[in-house]
Amino acid sequence: MSLLSVENLRVTFPTDHGPADVVRGLSFTLGRERLGIVGESGSGKSMTGRAIMGLVPAPGKVTADQLMFNGKDLRGLSEDERRDLRGTAMSMVLQDPKFSLNPVIRIGEQIEEAMAVHGTLGRRERRERALEALTAVRIKDPERVARLFPHEVSGGMGQRVMIAMMVVLEPALMIADEPTSALDVSVRGQVLDILADLVSRRGMGLILISHDLNMVARWCDRILVMYRGEIVEEIASGALMDAQHPYTRGLVASLPTIDETRDRLPVLDRGKL
Amino acid sequence: MTRVLPAAQFLLTLAVTFLGLLAITFVIGRVVPIDPVVAVVGDRASIETYNATKEAMGLDDPLVVQFARYVGQVAQGELGTSVSTGRPVAEDLARVFPATFEMATLGIIIGVALGVPMGVFAAARQGRMADQIIRVIGLAGYAIPAFWLGLIGLVIFYAHLRWVGGPGRIDFFLDGMVPTHTGLLLVDSLIDGNLEAFRSALSHIILPATILGFFALAYIARMTRSFMLEQLGQEFITTARVKGVPERLILWRHAFRPIRVQLITVIGLSYAGLLEGSVMIETVFSWPGIGNYLTTALLNADMNAVLGATLVIGAVFVGINKGSDALYRLLDPRARA
Ligand SMILES: Nc1ncnc2c1ncn2[C@@H]1O[C@H](COP(=O)(O)OP(=O)(O)OP(=O)(O)O)[C@@H](O)[C@H]1O
Ligand SMILES: [Mg+2]
Repeated sequence: MSLLSVENLRVTFPTDHGPADVVRGLSFTLGRERLGIVGESGSGKSMTGRAIMGLVPAPGKVTADQLMFNGKDLRGLSEDERRDLRGTAMSMVLQDPKFSLNPVIRIGEQIEEAMAVHGTLGRRERRERALEALTAVRIKDPERVARLFPHEVSGGMGQRVMIAMMVVLEPALMIADEPTSALDVSVRGQVLDILADLVSRRGMGLILISHDLNMVARWCDRILVMYRGEIVEEIASGALMDAQHPYTRGLVASLPTIDETRDRLPVLDRGKL
Repeated sequence: MTRVLPAAQFLLTLAVTFLGLLAITFVIGRVVPIDPVVAVVGDRASIETYNATKEAMGLDDPLVVQFARYVGQVAQGELGTSVSTGRPVAEDLARVFPATFEMATLGIIIGVALGVPMGVFAAARQGRMADQIIRVIGLAGYAIPAFWLGLIGLVIFYAHLRWVGGPGRIDFFLDGMVPTHTGLLLVDSLIDGNLEAFRSALSHIILPATILGFFALAYIARMTRSFMLEQLGQEFITTARVKGVPERLILWRHAFRPIRVQLITVIGLSYAGLLEGSVMIETVFSWPGIGNYLTTALLNADMNAVLGATLVIGAVFVGINKGSDALYRLLDPRARA
């Protein structure tokens, strides 16, 4: 049985000219594997992630023919039941640790909070698990870092804290929405290594959202290519050269490789899409 | 070590600000068209007497020397004698200031206790019924004049319903029966164990304090609402939701915690505003506070009293501002770094 199965997922926002679908009938399944979603800005990648989390903002509406997670039909759950799943069974790493960590709460307390609100562990145990999670994201002196405020750590460290906070309750599904695009180029690989490593060691399913086809191809097993709210191609990472859809082919053609010399990278020709 | 330098800096700016305040009252004292010599010798004195007195009062000295002397006197609590009460101004102020302080403090407590939750609630239900109602209340706080609200309040709650005491701080037959410890009647009557006096003082203070509290509430609720909305739009709120944090904690822990420090400034400003801006309410309620004292002094051209009261009001304003500033630095981890 797959971890997540989505059929005909739609996210609709009301606009001045009537309802607009920003996600238009998405269908896919996810096992305990690493799935990449790529697509240009505004193609609906984040909304897809949020729809799965149950966090599409207010006037937005989510519908689907099927939205099964771990054998549960998410569509029939109440708001409280969805909330119970978040943090424990599914979680999400956001883009920029500078904005996605609460500026006035110590890092340790923010990690412990995920456990505290789901209320199964005692105080001491929460503390221990928070320190373990920090160690798991390769932070060397977790006790010192736990006492810091977010503005006192670097971007790369902040994103590792974010990952620690999201894996601490060992969810089955992890969504990472452009987890490295706000980071310094030099630490991106390291952060993704940590994330991918945790995901595979704990047997979680991962959805990695990005603009960057190269990155997704390197860290994921399978790739969904989105364009204007739809999946235009689903392809194994190793088979990118066999892509059928002109949009994907355009993306692949635009990828720079190390041993080539080109004056200009080709530009996507929208007229042909 | 890192704590000492900011503290010294803080005390220095505080000293400079107070000196600036003294300079202002000093200059006001010089430029008003009231001749302090005439006030002493009378307008029929000979020119010789006038000049001699002027010299004796030190008014021929260079301005810098006069200012230094003035600072020295104020530092010793000497503010001169009031022409209208015939008593030292410092003594008068020690009597009237606690009355204002008591009313404004109760007012700000009411304003904070109601205004902050209202602002948080309005932000949580942005655009809905509760939000609209709270916004109308906020607007009313701007549009309605204090004296009008005071009069209406007296007519309804005192004259008609008899729920509260009338003008003044306490029923007249209890006046002067409570020995002064702090100058705050609610506190002094409790110290004295005089429950009747306490009840009477409370029934007198509750209406004007509530009206002051209403103005504070309007401002505090409005600011709280906009601070909260700003926080609720931040990405870390999404993070908290991703973790499964319930909405109540999203509001009070994640959104409210970061704005506490901003609120301290707002509350400080609003408190200072109540202390200095209670003139209207004090007039309507015959409240023997600093606002009333200042009004009387102005009408009688009682310069020493005017300057003394101005100085106290200015000092309170500076004190509250600097105090909330210091609290801000102490409480905000980002400012501490
Ligand atoms: N609150 C909203 N109301 C209306 N439309 C919205 C709202 N939020 C997002 N959208 C629209 O939904 C579409 C998809 O947005 P989404 O954030 O999922 O894109 P994305 O693929 O994640 O883009 P990016 O790469 O820039 O993050 C966009 O066209 C956006 O304009
Ligand atoms: Mg996005």
